[in-house]
Amino acid sequence: MTEILSLQNITFTYDPDQPIIKNAVEDVTFSVNEGEWIAIVGHNGSGKSTLARIINGLLFPQSGEVKVFGEMMNEANIWDIRSQLGMVFQNPDNQFVGATVQDDVAFALENNGVPYEDMVIRVENALKQVQMDAFMDHEPQHLSGGQKQRVAIAGALALRPNLLILDEATSMLDPQGRKEVIEIVQQLRDETGLTVLSITHDLEEAILADRLLFMNNGKKFAEGNPSEIFGLGDQLIKLGLDLPFSMKMARLLQKEGVHLQGAHMSEEELVNDLWISNFKK
Amino acid sequence: MMEKMIFGRFIPGSSFIHKMDPRAKLIFVFAFILLVFVANNIPTYVALIVFTVAVVFVSRIRLYFLINGLKPVMILMIFTFLLHIFFTKGGDVIVHLGFIKIYEEGLKQGIFISTRFLVLVFMTSILTLTTSPISITDGLETLLNPLKKIKVPVHELALMMSIALRFIPTLMDETDKIMKAQMARGSDVTSGPIKERIKAVVPLLIPLFVSAFKRAEDLATAMEVRGYRGGEGRTRYRQLKWGIRDTIALLVLVLLGVALVYLRMNF
Repeated sequence: MTEILSLQNITFTYDPDQPIIKNAVEDVTFSVNEGEWIAIVGHNGSGKSTLARIINGLLFPQSGEVKVFGEMMNEANIWDIRSQLGMVFQNPDNQFVGATVQDDVAFALENNGVPYEDMVIRVENALKQVQMDAFMDHEPQHLSGGQKQRVAIAGALALRPNLLILDEATSMLDPQGRKEVIEIVQQLRDETGLTVLSITHDLEEAILADRLLFMNNGKKFAEGNPSEIFGLGDQLIKLGLDLPFSMKMARLLQKEGVHLQGAHMSEEELVNDLWISNFKK
Repeated sequence: MMEKMIFGRFIPGSSFIHKMDPRAKLIFVFAFILLVFVANNIPTYVALIVFTVAVVFVSRIRLYFLINGLKPVMILMIFTFLLHIFFTKGGDVIVHLGFIKIYEEGLKQGIFISTRFLVLVFMTSILTLTTSPISITDGLETLLNPLKKIKVPVHELALMMSIALRFIPTLMDETDKIMKAQMARGSDVTSGPIKERIKAVVPLLIPLFVSAFKRAEDLATAMEVRGYRGGEGRTRYRQLKWGIRDTIALLVLVLLGVALVYLRMNF
């Protein structure tokens, strides 16, 4: 498996001149392989957004190495790296540059000097991938939050990126919009094998990832697949992270004496386990 | 009030004028503005009016809509008319009422100047009504491109303009939200003496500014991540196409120019 991204002992602080240095990110090491879906979770101020900014070169760490697509990131290759990296931010309004949907999707292509004929095809395909091709000429104010985020994803996809970073992309959306966006990302991954790095505190979103990175106070607290991380239970709650609804429910049921086994990542799993729980006694 | 104003509004359509290249439209309007000053007698002004009405007809924008929307401008026009009527002296006295004397020349000048004003306003309104703001920006950017040689940041200015246009509705929504939030807390912007009203605007503007700056910062980050680094080496998604209809339109304007000069010389 090819390694798409690797961070080695990254330490970053916003103001290095302060007498007492408070690191936003401290000694973080992790890597992402091609085709993986990684989620970085953690409460506010845990350093997860800072990590995203380090990955796309908006910030440079004070120490440690960032390797993207096998290359060490530096000032010289940063634009090249950005052209292979799609990123979707939190606020759907503040990242919409174009006057209409198609202009916005084309923005990154224009910046990278893609020829016109090529652009037209890529814009159309990207919009089809997120099922927004019927909205080509729409202006942003006539779109819902979820639709705007889908356009932002299309804008990233048009670049044919090797890595898609979602920086809290669903946190400002209503449940409907959140569902739309997550479904699109899942679908893209199934169809194209896109590598996804999502930074989130939405646990229903995190649970879909192959691997979770749990950040606390700028440090990597734990890393593992969702059942490992959510298996930490009380520790997570102590560090300000909630459990997914199905797991919380299972814990309450267990307290009441219901016999349940295993991790319950989805409501379906919980229901399946519940209705046979009496047989297993 | 805001709904009635047609200044800067765009009405989508598919008329000959809607389909024209924004560059052609801009050249057309600027050239027309110059041509208007050729007119100096009744036949030339009549020609201008006929031409303007013809353009309105071709644009398929209803004349009634246009006149209704331009009412605020009409007040200015009437004012100019009156100014000329009362203060321009020359020729025979037509009306003599006490200390008011209206001269023939005054009446003529009044009518001429307000007609000039009227055709100019009509033409520029048709430009903005039939061209989306973003197309106007594109047109201006291409037309002003030669200025890059003397270090005018044409691309940057055009981008600024298009982003500003893009954010107008967003900021309007925001203003509305802040206004409602402040109203919920008992602030009243819509009534009371002017001094109080101005005071009530301050708690509206400050949150608006703060959020606008926040938005600008987010937008700059998003643009950087998406590879924006100025106009160098950038391709364009919006392509302007100069068609046969654009050439025709400009030729028609040349004919108007010739006609105006002829009418000016011979009548």
